[in-house]
Amino acid sequence: MKNIVTMIATASMAFAAHAVVAAPVGNEAPDLLVKRISTDVLDTAKADKDIQAGNKQKVVALVESKILPFVDTEKMTALAAGRFWRTATPAQQQRLAAEFRTLLVFTYSGALSQIKNDDKVEFKPLRADPADVDVEVRSQVTSSRGEPITLNYRLNKGPQGWKIFDINVLGAWLVETYKGNFSSEITKSGVDGLIAKLAERNKQLAGKPLAAPAK
Amino acid sequence: MKTTTTRSMRLVAVVTLAGLTLGGCATTNSNPRDPLEGFNRGVFAFNDTVDKYALKPVATAYKNVLPSFVQTGVHNFFGNLTDAWSAANNLLQGKGEAGMQDVTRFAINSTFGIVGLIDIAGPAGLPKHNEDLGQTLGYWGMPSGPYLVLPILGPSTLRDTAALPGDWWGDIWTHKTPVSVRNTGTVIKAVDTRASLLDASSLVEGAALDRYEFLRDGFLQRRDSQVRDGGSQSAAASDSGKLDMKAAYGDDAPAAPGTPAAATPVTPVTPAEPSPATPAPVNK
Repeated sequence: MKNIVTMIATASMAFAAHAVVAAPVGNEAPDLLVKRISTDVLDTAKADKDIQAGNKQKVVALVESKILPFVDTEKMTALAAGRFWRTATPAQQQRLAAEFRTLLVFTYSGALSQIKNDDKVEFKPLRADPADVDVEVRSQVTSSRGEPITLNYRLNKGPQGWKIFDINVLGAWLVETYKGNFSSEITKSGVDGLIAKLAERNKQLAGKPLAAPAK
Repeated sequence: MKTTTTRSMRLVAVVTLAGLTLGGCATTNSNPRDPLEGFNRGVFAFNDTVDKYALKPVATAYKNVLPSFVQTGVHNFFGNLTDAWSAANNLLQGKGEAGMQDVTRFAINSTFGIVGLIDIAGPAGLPKHNEDLGQTLGYWGMPSGPYLVLPILGPSTLRDTAALPGDWWGDIWTHKTPVSVRNTGTVIKAVDTRASLLDASSLVEGAALDRYEFLRDGFLQRRDSQVRDGGSQSAAASDSGKLDMKAAYGDDAPAAPGTPAAATPVTPVTPAEPSPATPAPVNK
């Protein structure tokens, strides 16, 4: 019943945890990049008591500095909006991507503050041609509780290096899961309606404290 | 078996009643896999009410008051019982290794783990599989059928709902006597499950614009993934590898990253012809 919820949460957590490390963009293989980000964010989160206590500012800062630079939020927004992206003006696209990005930051921050100390991540070997520009990186999060959690990423190699544009937790892709929400809202009240709804939600989340983990 | 039949009949009755009173038929189909959306939303709203006023408060108290080792013990105890049925289903799907892992899990945890209170097998390297009869049927080719929200039990599909009586029979706890102990255990199990999902549910509340859709779309993906055991559409079955954007995102795959598409109002070059590599949409 609520398995999906765990799934999304874990996905967000894993996603947040795999925040990008502030390192120069090089020709690093995508799986190594994700691994480096994951390890760095997980270690940072575990070591920082404030983050574990749910200090909102610190968590958001961690997400912004270590995760978001390696996420192509615009592409993520475009994919989630699907066919409606093409009908939106560049200004609308920009605002939509910005609002979605903010929503993701809050979601990842919430997830990040739930990381437990014994969570470990292991990555599957990458079998891709160096010329491939779209890859899927697979990993698993193992914790003391329950089954291992699948955590997969989709990355695209752009002019600024590899960037994550979709994430999968326990079988559900973030883009696919948001597609329904986006298309319903756009059908009801247009792209502007969706932007307004996201903006309103972001205002709500800005005022809410992060849930402290039960450790 | 009499208990199981009665239970399944009761389930059918409850579901029908809920359907008649709460939703009626769907009028607008936004998702082809959810033709009963009107009905499902009704049950979803009902479940939310039950959760808000009964299950969530109890689960919150449970989580905050009970010592964590007790909660872990409870969680492990019921988890151990499911390993037995998962083993049977793995074997029914011809997955020998996974099946034997579950058998071993159950054996080790029931004995050395003191009737399952301690999960020794997990840390020892035996992963937990959560196979059930619905997945077995899906594995052997039965399509999932429409999305269905069950009263109290939550998201499901037609196939998985039909398989429920089988799952109940396969659940060792169902056969526990006396009935009073069984019922108490069932309630505790429900509370434990809800408590383990409290953090996650608060995240979804923030993340989802429409919780019903969000949970539905996430659930259907998750369920399909469970039947396939995590295999996906990309060529590399279990390793990381090349991603076929067209297969994954269809015509929505943008031509170039970050290109504002409003510049050219011309329809995209690729017509809606499926590429040979595109697998059928997941309807397992």
